[in-house]
Amino acid sequence: MDNFWDGFLLPAGIIVAQILLIVVPLLVAVAYLTYAERKVIAAMQMRLGPNVVGPFGLLQPIADGLKLLMKETIIPSGANRIVFLAAPMLTFILSLVAWAVIPFDYGMVLADINVGILYLFAISSLGVYGVVMAGWASNSKYPFLGALRSAAQMVSYEVSIGFVMITVLLLVGSLNLSDIVLAQQGGFWQWHWLPLLPMFVIFFISALAETNRAPFDLPEAEAELVAGYFSEYSSMSFGLFFLGEYANMILMSASTVILFLGGWLPPVDIAPFTWIPGPIWFCLKIALVLFGFLWVRATFPRYRYDQLMRLGWKVFLPFSLFWVVLTAGVLLAFDLVP
Amino acid sequence: MIIQALAFYLFAGVTVAAGVMVIAARNPVHSVLFLILAFFNSAGLFILLGAEFLAMILVVVYVGAVAVLFLFVVMMLDINFVEMRHGFLQYLPVGALVAIILLTELVLLFGAWVVTPVALQTMQRPIPAVEEVTNTHALGQVLYTDYFYLFQASGLILLVAMIGAIVLTLRQREGVRRQSIPTQLARRHEDSLEIKDVPTGSGI
Repeated sequence: MDNFWDGFLLPAGIIVAQILLIVVPLLVAVAYLTYAERKVIAAMQMRLGPNVVGPFGLLQPIADGLKLLMKETIIPSGANRIVFLAAPMLTFILSLVAWAVIPFDYGMVLADINVGILYLFAISSLGVYGVVMAGWASNSKYPFLGALRSAAQMVSYEVSIGFVMITVLLLVGSLNLSDIVLAQQGGFWQWHWLPLLPMFVIFFISALAETNRAPFDLPEAEAELVAGYFSEYSSMSFGLFFLGEYANMILMSASTVILFLGGWLPPVDIAPFTWIPGPIWFCLKIALVLFGFLWVRATFPRYRYDQLMRLGWKVFLPFSLFWVVLTAGVLLAFDLVP
Repeated sequence: MIIQALAFYLFAGVTVAAGVMVIAARNPVHSVLFLILAFFNSAGLFILLGAEFLAMILVVVYVGAVAVLFLFVVMMLDINFVEMRHGFLQYLPVGALVAIILLTELVLLFGAWVVTPVALQTMQRPIPAVEEVTNTHALGQVLYTDYFYLFQASGLILLVAMIGAIVLTLRQREGVRRQSIPTQLARRHEDSLEIKDVPTGSGI
């Protein structure tokens, strides 16, 4: 019985506590990301944004969440019930499970697995199922069109994301996310964004496409498809999609930070900067990338679908493939292979 | 140990059940979803074996890409499900034959290990221990050295298959208005837009 407590229950309890430590701040971050989005876009369009509920409108996300919870869940009579209800759950679960491998500081990671980056890639490639299942199960035109668009779009941009990850792997020589961050030690100029600048740009744009954000938000293009794949959803099933999408945005920003912006490392390796703990640097960098996401949304018009496909297959894919070969060639020629 | 055993039976049981449901489900979309479940649980089995790289590749390639395209096509099919069930028994003998052949092959393989210990020794290549090298490295070391030519050959076969698929589906349709990107980018502000100051009360 002693063994049972030490061997199973205690570790299991610790893991559950760690999971809560990641998930609860993440959900708060998601709530305030919606607030930040509205405030930032409002500022860019010279409006005020939410400012009524609470001081500076700070309670607005909570009010929105409560409103969604109180509403009635409507399941369309023509819908495929099980798939219809499973889709938002899947989206939400997938956006949370990926955080298991994200390192917040040296050794501060839930599961420090050897194939961390592949796990991240696998989970992000599964994200399309939530969208496709929702679109199909709704048994309605607009969601279905949104789902088809989304499936093609996410598969296309995953290819270039894969190649970007390979170039980073070539520089690091490990699939472990902590190793990738540690390979960027030595301050701002040692981070991967500089030697891999084109890849950094491609990754950022592909991340926008992968999370269905403007200017690639065709799956939910409100001018053409009502609300795209979640047109038929209401109440908390809609809320789960919303949470999942925003959590995915934070996740893609976190992977951008880990791959290119030095994870938890301070930008300058001297005293006042190194005093600030790693997780804070990590969050600040994520916030920076997220601001980029919002900025792009306020700035660019939506892509036309054929142009979106052209960008993915005819521009990003050949270029990232070329850059993989170039990086490998340079590393071999100068004997820099790790 | 007991948790590993439980996890194994969970993954294995769900894999088999999902596999059965792939052919038993009435709705083809449900079949594809069960297929995805089966892939996913096989990935879980790989992880239990310590083959984490294979598990992740299985999820990335099969679940993340192949099954999405399956689902994409199956979703758009307009099938009469009742009619489709009708021909089910017709294909049963063929399916049974394939299953029997696979079973025989597996029995022969495992039988050889039991009967001749030599076969077992040739099978056990000197793979480095998990503690020394991660299995991504281990796979790379074998794949890109000993089996390099076979690897290249399989790559070429896939390339040929891809070109074949493109050739089969590529056709130039008449009367389609296509955007020429270079022309579009070469357009200047001055070519397409002219600003005129129109006096009040008169046209241009």
